[in-house]
Parts: sequence; structure tokens; C-alpha cells
Amino acid sequence: MPRQSINSPYWQGVRDGAPFVIVIVPFSMLFGVVGTEAGLRVAEVMGFSVLVIAGAAQFTALQLLSDNAPTLIALVSALAVNLRMAMYSASLTPYLGAAPLWQRAFAAYFMVDQSYACAVIRFEQEPHWSVSERMSYYFGVITPICPLWYVFTLVGALVGTAVPPGLPLDFALPITFLAMIGPMLRTPAHATAALVSVSLALVFAWLPYNLGLLVAGIAAMMTGAQVEVMLERRKGARQP
Amino acid sequence: MIEGAALWLFIAVLGIGTFGLRFVFLGLVGDRALPAWLLRHLRYTAVAVLPGLVAPLVVWPAATGGALDAPRMAAALVTLTLGYAFRNVILAIAAGAVTLFAGLALLG
Repeated sequence: MPRQSINSPYWQGVRDGAPFVIVIVPFSMLFGVVGTEAGLRVAEVMGFSVLVIAGAAQFTALQLLSDNAPTLIALVSALAVNLRMAMYSASLTPYLGAAPLWQRAFAAYFMVDQSYACAVIRFEQEPHWSVSERMSYYFGVITPICPLWYVFTLVGALVGTAVPPGLPLDFALPITFLAMIGPMLRTPAHATAALVSVSLALVFAWLPYNLGLLVAGIAAMMTGAQVEVMLERRKGARQP
Repeated sequence: MIEGAALWLFIAVLGIGTFGLRFVFLGLVGDRALPAWLLRHLRYTAVAVLPGLVAPLVVWPAATGGALDAPRMAAALVTLTLGYAFRNVILAIAAGAVTLFAGLALLG
């Protein structure tokens, strides 16, 4: 078997995923700490991080369960936080849909904001990539992210303190996402969609179950598609 | 708070439900062709969801109890601007982090 060059899609994925370590480590440790403080056993904390593997939903579920909310409400709320995953799944289907079912199942299990965002940016930039090259890239992105999610959940659960307490790590997540959004604003349609997304997410932030994000997301997708159609029509009218 | 078998059932159902949301299109649609109008919408998924996900975290940071915070706002603007201008994610993250630390050191 030929050695994989460091420029292979897999290693490009590893490099693109690497910056998210600064988000994943403190976030997963915090879950381990909060989970054990809420009275969960270490195995149960790990159960969340391995079976659910979705930070925001895990925190939502834990918060509601420790407030003694009805179990069904906790479940529905946590799933609602994850509804955006169905949108990611649809968005990746044109790129990865032809891969073998078992690979798609693993890709689905490891679908997080970071792996999705890296993949969709790179797949647009590399239209000549084969399906297997895209899958290699995707699993490359996951490599520095998801194993650390498990490991540092465990560290947080065992050590019991989030470190380092002085650093403003709360802002690591917004910064890493903002850094990716910049390059995504390639056309007026993309920029308009992003603007609608931000505005509606703030306006509808009061909606329960994180539904504001869903409203904003769907409206912004429709906006992007509409602007694209309008710009194409205008271009078509200019070039008869 | 629920515990024992009930908690494990909760974790399992949440895990299965979350996997279902992730698998629904990628797994079940597979390589069947999607209609053009749907593909056009899906092209904007990332840019429609991620900004909305971040916006409340920037405007109402949990670390300040939801109060607008100048260092965090400045860091967000620097990161977004450099990411847009140079299309370089690492550079944008580094500049945003420097801005945040500098802002907190000066104002915090």
C-alpha cells in the first residue's frame, strides 16, 4: 500500500480539523465536570459523550434532567437542539451519498458542527474529488476532534475541575466558527443568507427548544436560493 | 433527577434520535438525485445555520451573564473580517484570540 502523502485528502482533513482542539478540549471537560457534579456516575457521563456525541444537546439534556423537568421534555428539547444535524445531513448528501452504507453510517455518527463545516467548504473548493477522497477528508477532520471529545469528557469527570479557569475559553467556539464563516461568504447570495441567519436568530432567540435557529436557518436557505435565482436571471438578461 | 436504568434508557433514546437526525438524508437518500430547487437551497445550509448559531453567543455572551462585551465583540469582528479578507481560518482564529486577550487585558 502506498504511503499517504501529507497532502492527501485525509491529512488535509486532519489539518483543517486541528484548530478545533481548542474548542473540544475545554467543552468536553466541562461536560465531564458538570455531569459528575449533577450526580452522574462516570460511566453515565461517558454514555452521553459516546452515544450522543453532541455537546449542546448533552448540556441541554443534563440541565433539564437536573432541574427535574419531565423526561419527555428533556428528550424533546435535546433533540430539537440537534435538528440542525438533519439539515447538515441533507447538505452533505450530494457529496457523500454515493459512498457505501457503512461509511455513511459512520459519517452520520461523527457529524458535528465542525466536521460538517470543514467538509462543506472543502467539497465546494475541490469539485474534482472522488467520493472516497471526500470520505477520507471527512474522517481526517474527525480524527483530531471526536476522540478528544471522549478522552476529555473522561478527564473532566475524573478530575472534576475545568481547566484552565482563567482563560476566556467560552469564546473559543464563536471564534472558530466565525473564522470559517468568513471564507463561506463567496457570493452576494451567501452574504445575504448569512445576514438573514444572524438577524432572525437574534429576533427569534426567545423561541423555546432552540427553534429560533431552525427558523433562521430555513429562512436564510430560502433567501440564499432566491438571491441566486435573481442574480442568474439578471445575468441571463444581460447576455442574450 | 432520574438515575439507573431510566437514565440509561434516556441516554440511549437520545443517542438513537440524534443518530437518526444525522443519518436521515445521508443514509436514506444516498445517491438518488435530488431536485434542482432542493440542491439550490442546500448549497446555503452552512452559511444559513452557522452564523445564526454564533450570533447569540457573540451578542449575549454567557461569560458576562449575557451583557454585551466590548472585547468579545471586537474579537468577533476581527475574526470575521480577516476570515473574509484572507480566506485563512488559522490566521483569523489567531487574530481573534489576540484581540480577545488584548481587549480583556485593557478593559477587563
